[in-house]
Amino acid sequence: MLRTFLTAVRGPAVFVGRCFSSEVSGAVSTLAGFSSPPFSTEASLYVHWPYCLKRCSYCNFNKYIPRSDNQDVMLECLQRETETLLKLSQVSRITSVFFGGGTPSLAHPSTIAAVLETVARHSGLSEEAEVTLEVNPTPVGSSKLEDFLHAGVNRFSIGVQSLRDDDLKVLGRDHNSQHALQTVAEARRLCPGRVSVDVMFGRPGQSVASWELELDELLSVCDDHVSLYQLTLERGTQLFRQVQKGQLSVPSDDITAVMYESARRILQKRGYLQYEVSNFARNGAISQHNMSYWKASQYLGVGPGAHGRFVPHGEGDVCREARTQTLEPDVWLREVQQRGHGTRRRIPLTHLGLLEEVLVMGLRLIDGITHQHWQLFSPRADLHQILSSSSEVQDLQQTGLLILDDRGLRCSWQGLALLDSMLPTLLLLLEAYITQGLQEQQARGPP
Amino acid sequence: MQLSLIKHHGCATPFLRHLLDFRVYQTRQRSQYCNIACTVIRHRWMKRAPVFCTHNTTNKMISTQADKESIDMSKFPVERIRNFSIIAHVDHGKSTLADRLLELTGAITTTDKNKQVLDKLQVERERGITVKAQTASLFYKYQGQTYLLNLIDTPGHVDFSYEVSRSISACQGVLLIVDANQGIQAQTVANFYLAFEAQLTIIPVINKIDLKNADPERVEKQIEKVFDIPTEECIRISAKLGTNVEQVLQEVVKRLPPPTFKKEDPFKALVFDSNFDHYRGVVANIALFGGYLSKGDRIISAYLGKSYEVNELGLLRPDEHPTDRLYAGQVGYVIAGMKEVKEAQIGDTLYHQKHLVEALPGFKPAKAMVFAGMYPTDQSDYSALRSALEKLTLNDSSVTVQRDSSLALGAGWRLGFLGLLHMEVFNQRLEQEYNASVIVTAPTVPYKAILSSAKLIKEHGKEEITIVNPAQFPDRSVVKEYLEPMVMGTIITPDDYIGKIMSICLNRRAVQKNMVYIDDHRVMMKYLFPLNEIVVDFYDLLKSMSSGYASFDYEDAGYQVAHVIKMDILLNGKPVEELTTIVHKDRAYSAGKAMCERLQDAIPRQMFEIAVQAAIGSKVIARETIKAYKKNVLAKCYGGDITRKMKLLKKQAEGKKKMRYIGTVQVPKDAFINVLKRKDK
Repeated sequence: MLRTFLTAVRGPAVFVGRCFSSEVSGAVSTLAGFSSPPFSTEASLYVHWPYCLKRCSYCNFNKYIPRSDNQDVMLECLQRETETLLKLSQVSRITSVFFGGGTPSLAHPSTIAAVLETVARHSGLSEEAEVTLEVNPTPVGSSKLEDFLHAGVNRFSIGVQSLRDDDLKVLGRDHNSQHALQTVAEARRLCPGRVSVDVMFGRPGQSVASWELELDELLSVCDDHVSLYQLTLERGTQLFRQVQKGQLSVPSDDITAVMYESARRILQKRGYLQYEVSNFARNGAISQHNMSYWKASQYLGVGPGAHGRFVPHGEGDVCREARTQTLEPDVWLREVQQRGHGTRRRIPLTHLGLLEEVLVMGLRLIDGITHQHWQLFSPRADLHQILSSSSEVQDLQQTGLLILDDRGLRCSWQGLALLDSMLPTLLLLLEAYITQGLQEQQARGPP
Repeated sequence: MQLSLIKHHGCATPFLRHLLDFRVYQTRQRSQYCNIACTVIRHRWMKRAPVFCTHNTTNKMISTQADKESIDMSKFPVERIRNFSIIAHVDHGKSTLADRLLELTGAITTTDKNKQVLDKLQVERERGITVKAQTASLFYKYQGQTYLLNLIDTPGHVDFSYEVSRSISACQGVLLIVDANQGIQAQTVANFYLAFEAQLTIIPVINKIDLKNADPERVEKQIEKVFDIPTEECIRISAKLGTNVEQVLQEVVKRLPPPTFKKEDPFKALVFDSNFDHYRGVVANIALFGGYLSKGDRIISAYLGKSYEVNELGLLRPDEHPTDRLYAGQVGYVIAGMKEVKEAQIGDTLYHQKHLVEALPGFKPAKAMVFAGMYPTDQSDYSALRSALEKLTLNDSSVTVQRDSSLALGAGWRLGFLGLLHMEVFNQRLEQEYNASVIVTAPTVPYKAILSSAKLIKEHGKEEITIVNPAQFPDRSVVKEYLEPMVMGTIITPDDYIGKIMSICLNRRAVQKNMVYIDDHRVMMKYLFPLNEIVVDFYDLLKSMSSGYASFDYEDAGYQVAHVIKMDILLNGKPVEELTTIVHKDRAYSAGKAMCERLQDAIPRQMFEIAVQAAIGSKVIARETIKAYKKNVLAKCYGGDITRKMKLLKKQAEGKKKMRYIGTVQVPKDAFINVLKRKDK
């Protein structure tokens, strides 16, 4: 009994404590300025549509098969939450919008239009702002593209995944390669130069040769942007179980590494420049919205399970928070109706926590992190100070995996494929530098 | 369990001892509470003491008649004294028989709950084995005369045979127990020879005749064949049901010779065991080989030449029962202000200050046969573990302790044990009685080297050195020859398994010395084994391939010249100190290969290729390769993935702090533990 009581009391207390301590450290030091990250008057917006018609065998994402048509309630709640979060963040400009899911192309184009209107009503949304919609390449999806365009969408991201019908079946997709080609063509007609396709490698039974062939085929029909994903087996998915039971086998790590390298090579040859670990663009058609994640800009997350990163200025706070909305659509709907939003978790990011995200996300970019960019978040400690003296970093530079020069910090071509092996080293150095700096400042006392 | 002990025979025991038991019980709680618990208990004892006393005396009055306040020990001349031990293979019912004998003679009251009264340790009761010898003096009336029968219960496993041989030296005869169903087992043979070589009278007792499959006739024939004891001499009993147990006592009186010592001679006693009591110091168990000893006497330890005053002496029944005197031929305990177990050296001779006597030959000190590194699972538990080790070794002086440290496992010890069971029992006691969580490395054996380098001989002060830690292994160039410890193994098995067993023995470099049928279906085989070949998993293998029917026992068989070599394990050319092992030349390849394979599985892939090699000197004998990562980057990382991704990376970064670096190779500590630790059964 006592214990239950204590936890009950402690729950919110810890929360308050954390907030408090991060503010105190901000106040004591001259770090106060850092806690308010740059461009806090701007943000991008992610809107999550949680429903799918069926479950893909590899997907463990937050999606639900709808029991009944609840487009009206969804519309109402998406609008309501957008409004609430916009007010809370007090941003004056939304730089881009991304409708993801789930299968957002299942939403009525009018729903998309209504959300965009809400954005425009409560903050600035310029004509040029990128508005992307994820599209399932089914005949139904394809037929709605024009309506989506009229609703305000100006970029389509199409989940082609594969051009092999057998593989699409194994993946549990509800389209075939014919549908995919038609959808891509239709999207290109509507939004030339602003269509992206998702393609997946490392699929069950796939060989390097067949992958190269398939990619060539795809590149001859696709537009200026390609996202390249390796199939990852997630626990709890049907595919995971099938592989566990030995019913299916996926290519080994060494094979998928070769697939990745050959895809990078092929894409480059065809004029698609890699700008991030999984993203390639021709004619400068990079995704502005996704770029803002890798640049650690602010973003609002609306919809069940959506994530956001922004400063809730509306509550008088100055530090950025990592926010997560309630996962289950029904619960989220109820919460939005009752409270205006379905924010389930708020974790204030410390100065160190924010810098860690800047580092981890920024190094995914082919251009890495420039000194100017780093300085926006860390005016006092530059990358040289933090990393140069480490022998491990020197080793990484000597082996040609990591580059730290006058431009900034970035991975080499070869290093990009090994980024996750380097990050723990870099994170430890960052942590050591920042905590040491804090201790020194605290030892000196308030100025 | 400790509490129930108090209840059942608390009446006959000084309460203090029970409180000690109780205190030990308390220390089993988490170590950080240890101090508090001790204080509380002591405090409670002060308050409770009178209550205990009253309880004690009232009970004593209604207790058995033989239990007089003070027994006049002069009433028991040597003619009416018999000193004997019970020896048996594990599980053949030795402790159950001891319980019955205690009940029959009124040393303990008869209840269902007397289960292995002499086995006081939790591990003893759980495993059904006796680890520590215990003594009980019994009064038995036979044909109008009261006899003093001193039962010295002995451990049943060969690891503890040094305890058996000590106990035997205080006896004139033994009861050799054999299970009526299982028949003679490997330890039966080992124990028989210990008694036989000491020229003791042996009474074979066939136990468990109440079992459905009991075949006492067959067992009698085995005994006749293997030990050359006529079948008529066997006593068939059921210790569990009490059948014929009385006869055992009668035969002890009739067949065993009385001791031949004289009370007119000067006082002379053998120290055959000792215990440590936190309040009273050392309690030494002694057998009087001449004269008598009284309270207040000044005695001298022949070993140390130190003199002590006798504060208390008496009988063990099995709890301490003070008397005024002990006479020649009798067995009991003495407390004489000895503060350390070392002062009551086992095998030492005690004599009167005024009458110098020739010291008894004593015993060879127990010799460690198996060594293993022991480290706290968490280094912050180091000092708690150290104090647990100290306490445990106080009562088990046969464990040798050396400080050791390993780069991978931190600070710890290298412990020497008498054998594998001894090691297991010790670990179990450490875990159970002290709640310590430890990592135990794979056991190794002590090798010897005969040095050839004059310089080294001078350095060591001798030509022959013993190598316990592979790090100290001297190079071939300065050594005349290496020696490895050998054991004579006895295997008794149904003949269906002979083929399989012979082939595993061959694989273990064993040489067959003998093979006889002990009855129509059972075979006894003798093999000379290198100890190293049996320390890790031989016994388990033998058991599993014989469906549990084969039994195995071994005895020390000295050292033999062996071509042993030091094998290094290298990661990208850098030696890993803690994985260096000493192996026989013929086994180097397979051992090296196994080690490399285990490491290959245990070390995660890194950004560069890692060569895992086993090497003898500069020659690589086995190699596995851990291929470099070609790709390690999350494919998809957008706004919704950051939180999860950061959590994962932070965890990896934390894990990196705990890595051990061999050159640039990161090795998780678990990897070493997996390679070093004994495989779980």
